[in-house]
Amino acid sequence: MFEDRYSLAFKLYPYEKSADQDAASPVRHPVVIMGGGPIGIATALDLGLQGIPVVVLDDHEGIGMGSRAICFAKRSLEIADRYGCGDPMLEKGVVWNVGKVFHKEGQVYEFNLLPEEGHKYPAFINLQQPYFEKFIVDRVREAQAAGAPIELRGKNRVDNITEFDDYVELAISTPDGDYKIKADWLIGADGAASPLRGMLGLDFQGRVFQDSFLIADIKMTADFPTERWFWFEPSHGSGASTLLHKQPDNTWRIDFQIGWDVDRKEEMKEENIRRRLDAMLGDVDYEMVWSSIYTFQCKRMDKFRHGRVLFAGDSAHQVSPFGARGANSGMQDVDNLGWKLGLVIKGDAPDSLLDSYSEERVYGAEENILNSTRATDFITPKSKASHIFRNAVLSLAGDYPFARPLVNSGRLSVPCTYDGLSLNGPDMLTGGPARTRVGSACPDAPLVDGFLLSQLGNGFQILTIDADALDSLIEDGVGAKQLKLSSADDPTGALAERYLGDATSAVYLIRPDQHVAARWDRFDETAVRAALRTACGKEA
Amino acid sequence: MTKNVTITPNIADPDGFYAKLINMHDGLIDEESAALNARLLLILANHIGDRAVLDEAMEMAAKS
Repeated sequence: MFEDRYSLAFKLYPYEKSADQDAASPVRHPVVIMGGGPIGIATALDLGLQGIPVVVLDDHEGIGMGSRAICFAKRSLEIADRYGCGDPMLEKGVVWNVGKVFHKEGQVYEFNLLPEEGHKYPAFINLQQPYFEKFIVDRVREAQAAGAPIELRGKNRVDNITEFDDYVELAISTPDGDYKIKADWLIGADGAASPLRGMLGLDFQGRVFQDSFLIADIKMTADFPTERWFWFEPSHGSGASTLLHKQPDNTWRIDFQIGWDVDRKEEMKEENIRRRLDAMLGDVDYEMVWSSIYTFQCKRMDKFRHGRVLFAGDSAHQVSPFGARGANSGMQDVDNLGWKLGLVIKGDAPDSLLDSYSEERVYGAEENILNSTRATDFITPKSKASHIFRNAVLSLAGDYPFARPLVNSGRLSVPCTYDGLSLNGPDMLTGGPARTRVGSACPDAPLVDGFLLSQLGNGFQILTIDADALDSLIEDGVGAKQLKLSSADDPTGALAERYLGDATSAVYLIRPDQHVAARWDRFDETAVRAALRTACGKEA
Repeated sequence: MTKNVTITPNIADPDGFYAKLINMHDGLIDEESAALNARLLLILANHIGDRAVLDEAMEMAAKS
């Protein structure tokens, strides 16, 4: 029957009987999403805002308890902003810039991230995952009220799927019994343990790390600074490494590395968690909010598309938590998949465009796995030699700044640049900045009134800076509109620095996910049309 | 401050460098690791050549 596997932070989509359950034969839907986590719901929002009917099936009735993902990077917030739910995240989240690194009993050094100016969103915010999810669901409710064809079905568990040439049939359990539906496209956003992956018998390859981490969320009224503190081998004996992070609501997140051979039940006892916390915090009052023990893996699927089934988020790739690349990379999957699936469903692009989703996001997953594996190897050295080098770096880092870039307690998640991949068009902007090269996610820039990214995305755009172009064009069913800017729109010079470099004018073709598809120094209609075809997976 | 040794970051792609350095030790026993480090150090020392730099670096390493 329907036993919840976890308790809920917010019950947002209670079970309601759907008309599909009484239908004489299985009702067919354009898109069905398995999993109502942040990635599933955000995908539904992306598609729903395009007017594409989408059904989300979740075996629970809302958002699970526990802070889980807590660092949301700039790119995730920018994607959420494109969907219309970035502002409440920023308002609720905690922004920090100062971090401290400790080794054994002492502080090694302190750093300030000194974020670049001129972006609507900070490098990242700390926010408990349930809030992040709730703001997306709130936006879904608002979009539904405005007519977006999104359905969230709670307590709908997919038990079985059958694949056909042009659709998938799903067998679903509910509190009212079983029913079936068909989906032209099925998206697996059902998490790291993905039942869907299991049903299809697909591989999930990579490395398992032999260590466990105990997380505790605590509420403190004590006036701790809003900083990130990372201890390597703390002498207070709370674990092999410890991370302290601030979250909203006077809540702090503490991660203790506790080793591989641990008695989970024993470690989860409140008195034992308090023993570690007291060793670290000293004599302060706190209230325990949530705790959990996790182990982790760095794994990914070989391909994220399997015929009519697409995988996104943790179901497709799993990383260690260091560097905040789990939920953040999942949001980039959503950003990448949404417009491509939209074009394919509307018949404006061939379904091979979806192969580029797999190509680009596998590339992103590889980058994330590489970065998070390196951080993990530094935090939990895998050999004696590695441990000796790690401690040598830490012992030098206090006096000698050269060693600090080698200290790796997680590298900040930044969006992947799709260098050299299939959808890329020509990069013909002589003297153009490397950061806006073809394949990169557009960096934000302040304009006279607001920010650049608020004006980009959802469709293809031709961004011109001090250059002429057509107002709009349509190539084989796909439109692109001009966004005309000039030096007069650039009060701080950031637009020129980020998009012109040494060039005096620029024309960028920008994809619906705000990635650069091609760029030139001036407008050439034939070249832009060809690049637009390439970006949609068509022959140029 | 040091007189001769560069102490500001000077290696592009520090994470890639560090990963390669650590991965060189995969599968080695302690003596082999120590010998590898010794060879690497001697190669780098010869490349630097300057005794003032080498002497200062040795002092830095000894006191850290």
